[in-house]
Amino acid sequence: MERMRMVFTGSGGQGVITAAIIFAEAAVIYEGLNATQSQAYGAAARGGSTRSDIIISEEEINFPKVIQPNMLVCLTQESYTSYAPIIRPGGLLLTDSRFVKQERKVDAWQVELPMYQTVMDEIGKPIVFNICMLGAVVALTDLVQPASIMTVLRKRIPSGFVDMNQKALDLGIALGAPQKR
Amino acid sequence: MSTQVKFVQGNEACVEGALYAGLDFFAGYPITPSTEIAELLSRRLPMAGGKFIQMEDEIASMAAIIGASLTGHKVMTATSGPGFSLMQEALGYAVMAEIPCVITNVQRGGPSTGIPTHGSQGDVMQARWGTHGDHAIIALTASNHQDVFAMTIEAFNMAETYRTPVILLFDEIVGHMREKLEVPEPGEIPLVERLRTSVKGGVNYHPYLPREDGRLPMSDFGDVHRYNVTGLYHDMWGFPSSDPDVVHGLIRHLVDKIENRTNLLARYKEHHLEDAEIVMVSYGSAARSALHVVKNRRLRGERLGLLELQTLWPFPKDIVREKCANAEAVVVVELNMGQVMQEVKKAVDFPERVFLANRIDGVFITPMDIRKLLRLIQGKGV
Repeated sequence: MERMRMVFTGSGGQGVITAAIIFAEAAVIYEGLNATQSQAYGAAARGGSTRSDIIISEEEINFPKVIQPNMLVCLTQESYTSYAPIIRPGGLLLTDSRFVKQERKVDAWQVELPMYQTVMDEIGKPIVFNICMLGAVVALTDLVQPASIMTVLRKRIPSGFVDMNQKALDLGIALGAPQKR
Repeated sequence: MSTQVKFVQGNEACVEGALYAGLDFFAGYPITPSTEIAELLSRRLPMAGGKFIQMEDEIASMAAIIGASLTGHKVMTATSGPGFSLMQEALGYAVMAEIPCVITNVQRGGPSTGIPTHGSQGDVMQARWGTHGDHAIIALTASNHQDVFAMTIEAFNMAETYRTPVILLFDEIVGHMREKLEVPEPGEIPLVERLRTSVKGGVNYHPYLPREDGRLPMSDFGDVHRYNVTGLYHDMWGFPSSDPDVVHGLIRHLVDKIENRTNLLARYKEHHLEDAEIVMVSYGSAARSALHVVKNRRLRGERLGLLELQTLWPFPKDIVREKCANAEAVVVVELNMGQVMQEVKKAVDFPERVFLANRIDGVFITPMDIRKLLRLIQGKGV
């Protein structure tokens, strides 16, 4: 496989960093791949701009930061404006259609999905927005099996929340799968 | 139980290493970017039968681990620059009184409170000379989580073997990033346990009378022997002395027990050194960028190599000299203003061909930063 460099961005509280950790952990523990996850670390919490870098590879990963992502996820307009220019030519740009209006064309495969709206319509709780986003990422990239994501989630969350997360993941997969090239 | 595969932060790899090594007493005061070490140990250590104490500050933390070590425990504290500054006085006491302990410094930008959430390697010289007076010290570092785990175990083993404080100089970048860690089964990695005296209770025990191999068997303080421990120059009983022979003998012992073993204590990794025209010397997180450059430019035919140091103190000067001997240029990659570069210059035969690739702005050095400097050295322009 080609080395996958991913950047997840959004606003603090949306769960982009948690989603990044879950995705990378699933890749390492259940898919037998190497992965690094790092994040811009600062004093900002909810409401601030957040970014997490993930690299997934069969080879050893040395430099852990992402300069030009093959895949960029932006969950706010601010993060889209900041990071869209850094995407690797031909990369995949995923945004949420409620929060981001894609204004200009970059040399990328641009996918806009109503992830937030679908979660609110079908589940009614924004807390699993990030898991729905992960579902879309899983469907679009084919790096990690949905079952691996669920195995990581079961270890991390109270059992009463597993079904809601499963549903959010499935919604994301259903949104992402038809877009796959 | 078999090897456990985990996906963790570097700080957690340090915790796993410490628990594997038999840590059973931790005293500390949380500080970014080392906080996860205290946080995780506050839960894990009591579950493993050990003691965790959050102290009022770093001075007390250092004092607490010294006391606990004397009573027979394997001890550690964890901090970052400002806390490491506060620990320097008691660190010197542990050097003088020969008390095994491990001090983890997850480095952030300094001086003072500096830049808490960003990485740096600015405490290399503080680890060496932060406490006053002539002395020797052991300091280890690591660039990835498997090595953080391994070096943490090494630190405990060296502390016990040589009755000395050992400093783990990690940094924010490795401390906070996540990657794979494989925790081997207990028993797979050898551990050094406390060397206790065979002198029975009621018989005179000389706490500072070395055996022929230089090692000093210990007696758990408060157990069957009464003895004195002091930061003053002391005789074999542990009582203060200003006798020139005693003073000279002790300072030589403290320095020689470590510096005579510089090559034995050296831990390092070689990457493509065999035919390298340019040898990079790096350590900790910076070595990740350097290794990225080596692998990437090797694909394009450039003869680059990397000597990754894991033991920083005592500085492995013979090894650096030998590995750099055939290089046209040496580039030291580090996140400070050249603290290890100066040591490399002292070690090699051609100090004028030693260059520094660094960043001191809180940003992790990128492969591009290093490549620009390499192009200048190679006469290729930037």
